[in-house]
Amino acid sequence: MREAKDFYKRLSEKGISRRDFMKYCGMLTATMGLSSSFVPKVAEVFAAPKQRPPVVWLHFAECTGCTEAVLRSMYPWIDELVLEILSIEYLETIFAAAGQQMEENLKAAVEKYNGKFICVVEGAIATKYGGAYGKIGGRTFLEIAKEVCPKAAAVVCLGTCSSYGGVQAAKPNPGGYKGVGDALGIKTVNIPGCPPNPINLVGTVVNYLLLGKLPECDDLGRPLFAYGKSIHDQCPRRSHYENDEFVEEFGSEEAANGYCLYKMGCKGPDTYNNCPIAKFNDGTSFPIQAGHPCIGCSEPDFWDKMSPFFQESG
Amino acid sequence: MVHYLSSVRAVEDAVGVKIPDNARIIRNLMHGAQFQHDHIVHFYHLHALDWVDVVSALKADPKKTAALADNVSNAPWGGAVYFKNVQQRLKTFVDSGQLGPFNNAYWGHPAYKLPPEANLMATAHYIEALRLQAKAARMHAIFGGKNPHLQSFVVGGVTCVKDLTPDRIAEFLYLWKETQDFVKNVYLPDILAVASFYKDWGAIGGTTNFLAWGDLPESEKEPESLFMPRGVILNRDLKGVKMANHEAVTEHVAHSWYEGKTDRHPFNGETKPQHGDYDTNGKYSWLKAPRYEGAPCEVGPLARVLVAYAWGKKEIKDLVNTVATKLSIPVTALFSTLGRTAARCIETVAIGNAMEGWVMELVGNLKKGNTATYTPWTMPKSGMGVGLNDVARGSLGHWIRIENKKIANYQYVVPSTWNLCPRDAEGKLGPVEESLIGTPVADPKRPVEILRTVHSFDPCIACGVHVIDPDSNQVYKVKAV
Repeated sequence: MREAKDFYKRLSEKGISRRDFMKYCGMLTATMGLSSSFVPKVAEVFAAPKQRPPVVWLHFAECTGCTEAVLRSMYPWIDELVLEILSIEYLETIFAAAGQQMEENLKAAVEKYNGKFICVVEGAIATKYGGAYGKIGGRTFLEIAKEVCPKAAAVVCLGTCSSYGGVQAAKPNPGGYKGVGDALGIKTVNIPGCPPNPINLVGTVVNYLLLGKLPECDDLGRPLFAYGKSIHDQCPRRSHYENDEFVEEFGSEEAANGYCLYKMGCKGPDTYNNCPIAKFNDGTSFPIQAGHPCIGCSEPDFWDKMSPFFQESG
Repeated sequence: MVHYLSSVRAVEDAVGVKIPDNARIIRNLMHGAQFQHDHIVHFYHLHALDWVDVVSALKADPKKTAALADNVSNAPWGGAVYFKNVQQRLKTFVDSGQLGPFNNAYWGHPAYKLPPEANLMATAHYIEALRLQAKAARMHAIFGGKNPHLQSFVVGGVTCVKDLTPDRIAEFLYLWKETQDFVKNVYLPDILAVASFYKDWGAIGGTTNFLAWGDLPESEKEPESLFMPRGVILNRDLKGVKMANHEAVTEHVAHSWYEGKTDRHPFNGETKPQHGDYDTNGKYSWLKAPRYEGAPCEVGPLARVLVAYAWGKKEIKDLVNTVATKLSIPVTALFSTLGRTAARCIETVAIGNAMEGWVMELVGNLKKGNTATYTPWTMPKSGMGVGLNDVARGSLGHWIRIENKKIANYQYVVPSTWNLCPRDAEGKLGPVEESLIGTPVADPKRPVEILRTVHSFDPCIACGVHVIDPDSNQVYKVKAV
């Protein structure tokens, strides 16, 4: 426990009390669906391991919104994730190196940590026309994924694009875009969302570090702790649905009262995610709270299957 | 957020709906928060390490760093103990041998000019900014549900009527203040401190023409009321600034992987992929080449600041003059990489300052009982619309044509298309291509100087740059991400 003690000392030097630290470990443990007896163990995962677990983060066809979402992590803080908890070996967005030096980083990490690194993938993979729609340093997304993913201890797809193809794969899908599992024929843990809540990535990684295995998932590869229940079943506006109190026009008195958005096209009943409980950005809000119907962004093919977004589901 | 805004505006233009005052203000507040957040992240986390040598910070004297910081910065944290702790944290990190985002970069490169103490101060602020940006993003979540990809804009207004409460507005104001304090007391002083060591970059990396659609309407009158004004400047002629009109835009595909022979206005735009090999004499980019009256134009913070300066916009003009005076450089030094990075900070200060007034305007409306946030509308059988915005990265336009109540054509021309476009049919270079000509490169194998200019545009794509050593003809490939 000496390391743990040092860790708290360092935390306090940074102005973070042990109490605050345990609070975020507690929140994370609850989000992961573990009992409170796991809180100290979760804290241990963060207690400055000798060798921080290596993470290789690949970007394919995406908008970098998922990386941006993780940059907003406050449980734990993003600087702690990057400097003290994980060892980010490759992540184009925040690395100081570029070009040849950056590609050397990828090669070195995959060799050094063969079979041991966590591979986070953001973005879909173009499969038509020999992968012409997406290349990095002259290599196609498909080539890179085929080389890197099989060498990972676990492949975690962050966001709907790497999980299921996302907007690129929407009809008519000119580039033949697919999610990673589909493109490579491998099993992946999927954390869909546009973007997903970073706490669900952190929860998945902590689960892996804590228990040595990936969390239990549904048949779409989504961790049950986060995607086990529908938005509708967890919605704070649910009682309005039961009471037949609906918004039928934005900006109306009913909207100001926070009535149910089902008639405005809300896809909460068909969407599995923990948005109403975990909320985004330090628990500040989530789309339904901001008066907007859920668009089902964590479901496969949501661009095709959930649209029109503003029409009541038939 | 930004494409969301432009797409909603394009459809509103096509269907002919005017949004309520409160919706306009909330969109401006969300957009203002985007400028604050995005520019902080760009400078500290996507650009600063081109100028700041993190490893050199380990050699700094914490006491001297504290003295330097006291002198140049009004940061709320500081003192020798603080900088000693930051240095220790950095040392622990480096000693672990797992260098994360700092691995295999350009540390020790002769192009780095900051003394160790300035490097330590900037590294400390890099870490502080990581936390600050996570907090600042909460502004979006308050009225937009989440960040990134907020979700409360709809054609006709905004959906967040339930959040227009005193506690939510106060929460927003509190976050705005903390963020703007950082912008004024840390970001601007850091820009001045770093720039003072790199004044030669006031003559490197410039371009010729500048376009801004402008943004942040302060009334329903557009473009007259735009806080960041609309305009175009050709051949660096500030006095000749004129109003910009979207009808003067066309896109070329001569050097882009698309079919087609002629340049087209976005309303008639086509996107027919014709992928092939990378051939700098033929087609070599997925980006089309947008032109304004045939001229390639730089868009983004520098274009906006120059247009505002040229129109005499006081809030911008005063800041430009202050920065130029403090750095003892002429205003013409803005036409450069240094100018682009400084302009980004200048507009963050100005826009951030304006946001407080917008909050008060919203409060004023609510006090008067005006809580309207949405105007109902119906979809016409056909229509055409354009949504013009000027977003963190630059001028953004969406063009929609509706037929039989469905989208018949949809095109957008985004900031990175303007800045990173290939040559056009006449062989005119794109702005980034032009800006790189003449860049001094000390070591072609490690061309951090190239990254400085490319990153200063805040590209939203990865781009490839090939550096050719004129002595050996050796080709080096650089990818800026």
